[in-house]
Amino acid sequence: MLTVLATGPQVLVQDRGRFGYAHLGVPRAGALDGPAAALANRLVGNDRDAAVLESLLGGLVVRTEVDRWVAVTGAAAPFPRATRLRAGDTLAIQALPTGMRSYLAVAGGIDVPPVLGSRSTDTLAGVGPKPVETGDVLPIGAAVGAPAALDTPRPPARGPIRVLPGPHADWFGPGVLARLAETAWIVAAASDRVGLRLEGEAIPRTPGELVSEGTVLGAIQVPPDGRPVILLADHGPTGGYPVAGVVHPDDVWQLAQARPGESLTLRPAP
Amino acid sequence: MSVSVRPYGPKAALVDVDSAVEAAALADWARVHGVVADEIVPAAATVLFDGVDATALEAVLTGWRAGSAPAAGAFVEIPVAFDGPDLADVAARWGVSADEVVARLASYELTSAFCGFAPGFAYLAGLPQELAVPRLETPRARVEPGSVALAGSWCGIYPSASPGGWRVVGRTDVVLWDVDAEPPALLAPGTRVRLRPC
Repeated sequence: MLTVLATGPQVLVQDRGRFGYAHLGVPRAGALDGPAAALANRLVGNDRDAAVLESLLGGLVVRTEVDRWVAVTGAAAPFPRATRLRAGDTLAIQALPTGMRSYLAVAGGIDVPPVLGSRSTDTLAGVGPKPVETGDVLPIGAAVGAPAALDTPRPPARGPIRVLPGPHADWFGPGVLARLAETAWIVAAASDRVGLRLEGEAIPRTPGELVSEGTVLGAIQVPPDGRPVILLADHGPTGGYPVAGVVHPDDVWQLAQARPGESLTLRPAP
Repeated sequence: MSVSVRPYGPKAALVDVDSAVEAAALADWARVHGVVADEIVPAAATVLFDGVDATALEAVLTGWRAGSAPAAGAFVEIPVAFDGPDLADVAARWGVSADEVVARLASYELTSAFCGFAPGFAYLAGLPQELAVPRLETPRARVEPGSVALAGSWCGIYPSASPGGWRVVGRTDVVLWDVDAEPPALLAPGTRVRLRPC
């Protein structure tokens, strides 16, 4: 058992997400910074499908009721490593000077009941467990593996975000990727797990609406106002805005750590 | 024949089709033929294949024939109390009485073309284009679960309470979304639907 003593702005249970239900209208959900969540699981000897806690901006405090290896990765932990907690010990993720999301893995994983094959909380449609609240007592699964003492992988470094062509070139004309790359984007305050909203000079596009069609993680939708929204894990499976480009899957994690007010650079993928 | 496959980033592709019914048929064909993808999402005029290589997909899809009839899906009858707040408005737009609206809606066999907007919210095709109605100018902040509503030539039933801009003509007590059911959506794409006045 893991007792939650404080949550900060938001704490969610997340795993790799919910697959195979998009055609029924279910968002994928899953850890927004996938590599950080995967690293946390690896450090404590978990399977990659184990559920972790995703902490927005820190402030999470937990007490373990059993002896367990734990690891914190993401924004709060530039040099993550596994730590052994004894029953009754507490662990706190401090408020963060940079980045957005940190991940706490506990050996055995957060063992809330899966819904449609995943323990992830989807904030758009409400599928999966409720957001974690102070006072919650979370079940922990049986620890299956031991952490590898010499496994000290470094988290990936942030850099320009690579963008590939989207399916709607005819809505934007040629050169839209260059236009996305030339614009000095600022991360908007309204960004969340559904989408990263960008402020900057509007992207010109054909007026009108698409008929609804399926959307992918990292799709750069351009609504009529020309301000892009990059779809993140909790995006609706269908949408009606044209897509100017798609963020490379290996760079989507960076969007999870981009703070409102920060600048963001897009680059056409080579 | 060849189909139009548009790459959608490095590991997804959109396939263009002529209609929502054909999209459901292609999605069904792809599942039956074991096309390996994370998600296969039919929509109004496309099918999204997420987690695939576009070139490999194009080769696989040469086996598909547009216009082939989709496999007959499950049949569901939905009891509906036609007392919605927009029934009179729809009657005025169609130029008929409210009773005639009910009679017409009950006369069509509808087909779930695709789901979207919310888990289990099915876009039901089958109303003739001349009966299309526009969305509300101002969407409602809250539409009750079970509301049976129209927009364009689509019919939809809200599985849960949400904001909404469709014109509400009735309501049902049928459970449309249940995560413990298989499939969790009562009106999964391909399902045939008839509205029964009650």
